[in-house]
Amino acid sequence: MANTADGQSGAGRAPPSPATTAGDPARDTAGGQPRFSLRPEVGLKKPSGRVAAAGAGEASVEVSDGATVPDPVFSCHDVNVFYGAKQALKNVSVDVGRRQVLAMIGPSGCGKSTFLRCLNRMNDTIPGARVTGTIRLDGRDIHDPALDVVQLRARVGMVFQKPNPFPKSIYDNVAYGPRIHGLARSRTQLDDIVCSSLTRAGLWDEVKDRLASPGTGLSGGQQQRLCIARTIAVQPEVILMDEPCSALDPVATAKIEDLIDQLRGSYAIVIVTHSMQQAARVSQRTAYFHLGELVEVGETDRVFTNPRHRLTEDYITGRFG
Amino acid sequence: MTRRTVRRLVNYLALGLSGVATAVGLFFLFAILWTLLRNGLAGMSFSLFTEMTPPPGSSGGLLNAIYGSVVMTLVGILIGGPIGMLAGTYLAEYGRASRLSAVIRFVNDVLLSAPSIIIGLFVYELLVIRMGHFSAIAGAVALAIIAMPVTVRTTEDMLNLVPQGMKDASTAMGAYPWRTITSVIYPAARSGIVTGLLLAVARISGETAPLLFTALNNQFWSTKLTAPMANLPVVIYQFALSPYPNWQKLAWSGALLITLSILVLSITARVVVSSLQGGRR
Repeated sequence: MANTADGQSGAGRAPPSPATTAGDPARDTAGGQPRFSLRPEVGLKKPSGRVAAAGAGEASVEVSDGATVPDPVFSCHDVNVFYGAKQALKNVSVDVGRRQVLAMIGPSGCGKSTFLRCLNRMNDTIPGARVTGTIRLDGRDIHDPALDVVQLRARVGMVFQKPNPFPKSIYDNVAYGPRIHGLARSRTQLDDIVCSSLTRAGLWDEVKDRLASPGTGLSGGQQQRLCIARTIAVQPEVILMDEPCSALDPVATAKIEDLIDQLRGSYAIVIVTHSMQQAARVSQRTAYFHLGELVEVGETDRVFTNPRHRLTEDYITGRFG
Repeated sequence: MTRRTVRRLVNYLALGLSGVATAVGLFFLFAILWTLLRNGLAGMSFSLFTEMTPPPGSSGGLLNAIYGSVVMTLVGILIGGPIGMLAGTYLAEYGRASRLSAVIRFVNDVLLSAPSIIIGLFVYELLVIRMGHFSAIAGAVALAIIAMPVTVRTTEDMLNLVPQGMKDASTAMGAYPWRTITSVIYPAARSGIVTGLLLAVARISGETAPLLFTALNNQFWSTKLTAPMANLPVVIYQFALSPYPNWQKLAWSGALLITLSILVLSITARVVVSSLQGGRR
C-alpha cells in the first residue's frame, strides 16, 4: 500500500533532507517548503495550483484539494478546538461524504480524536473545552441553539476505542437507544430492531441463544460488535469510530473491518485509526493530521501512493510516528 | 557506627513504635469488646425482646427501645438517604468541576465531622421548641442530618468509580444526563450505593446525644411519631448511670445489642464492597 520508498529510505535514513526526494516532481514542491512549517498559508489546506498541478499526473480526476466532496453529509469549516488555553485543533476544514469511509490518521495527540468528538459534540462534556468554526450536518449547523444535541447524537452514532457495553443484558444494550428515543411502538417492533441490528453487526448467530445474559460477558471483539449493533439500532446517518480495533486481536479486527465495509453501503463512517494498513483497507478517503492541523486529505489510494505533503509521506513511509 | 547501622536502627525503632501503637489501639478495642461480651451476654434472654423497659427493681426487657431505635433509624435513613444520594449525584455527575461543588464538598466534610450534640441542639431549636415537646420525628430528623453527609460522600465516591467510557457511551447514544444516571450509572454503582446506605445506618444507630435532645425517652410502648419514643442509646445512657442493678444489666445487654448490629452492618458493607471491586477488576 505504502509509497515505494525503497530506493530512498536507505539513503534517507540519515536526517531526511529535501535532497532525498529530488527528482520526483510531485515531491519536489513539498520538499522545497520548510520542513515542519505548518502555517496554513504555505499551501497545506488549499494547495495552490502549484501543488495540485504537480500531482495532476496520476490524479487528474481529483478535486483540487480533496477536502470537499459533492453532497457531503458533514461539512466542516475552520474548526478550532481549545482545551482551556491549549489549542488542540487548528482551522480544520473537511467534508465527510455519504456512503463512504473517511479514515483519519496521524501520530498520537495530533487532534484526530478531538475532531471526531466535534462531530457529535462530545467535546461539550469536557469541562473547559471550546469549539469554534462551523460544522454542518446535511447543511444545518450542529451548534445551532435550536438543534437539540440529543437529536444530533441520535443521528451521529459513536463507537469507542475500548468496548463499553452497559452492565445490562445483550438485548437491553441494543434496545437502549431505541428505548430512549422512543423508536419502537411495541415489544415486537423492539424485538425486530434488536434482531436486525445484531444481524447487521454480524453478532446475531453468536448471541441469539443468550440475549438475556450480560453484554459484559462477551469477548472483546464481540463486545465491540455489540457496541456497533447498539449504535446502528437508532438508524444514525453517520457512525464515528474512535480506534475501534486497537483493543482487539487480528481476527476480531478483521471481522470489524468486514463489518465496516458492509455498513458503508448505508452509512457515512468516520474512523480514527493508528494502523495505516487499516486505513488503506477500509477507507475511500484518508485525512492526515499533524499537531492539530489537517495536513492532507484525499482519496485513500492517492494519499498512500502519492502524498502531496512531506509530513504525510514521512508518516506513511514510517519515518516517524 | 556506620551510617548503614544508624539507618537500620532508625528503621527498627520506627517499626517497633508503630507496632506498639497498633497493639495499644487493638488492646483497648478488644478490652471494650471483651467487657461488653462478659457483662452483656449475662443479660441476654428472650424477655429482652418481648418485654418493655421495667421500673427500678423489677424485671423487664428492651422491646420498646429496640422498636424505637429501629423506627427512628429507618425514618432517619428514609429522609437523609435520598437527599444524600441526590446531592452525591450532583457532585459526581452534574457539577463535577463547578465551583459550587467545591463549596458543597467542603461544607459536607464539615458536617461529616460536626459533633452530633450540635446537630441535636439544632433540631431541638428547629422542631422540639416549635412543637412544644420531644418527639420521635424530631429524633429521626436529627439522625437524618447525621446520615446525610455520609451518604453524600459514599455516593459520590461510588459514582466516580463507574468507568467514564460507560457514561460516554450513553451520552453518545443521545441520552439526557438524568437518563444516563438512572439507566446506566445507578445500576452500575448499585452495590456501592447500598453499602454507603448501610454504613450510614451503622453510623446513626449508635448516636445518643442528638436523641437526648429530640426523642428523649419513653418508659412505655409508643408508636406515635409525634410523641417521645424509647430508643436504645438513651436507655443505655439512663440505665447505665442509674443505681439499680437490673437497669445496669439491661444497659449492658443493650450496648452489646447495638455493637453487634453495627458489627454485622459493617461486615456486610465490607463484603459487598470487596465483591464489587473483585467483580470489576
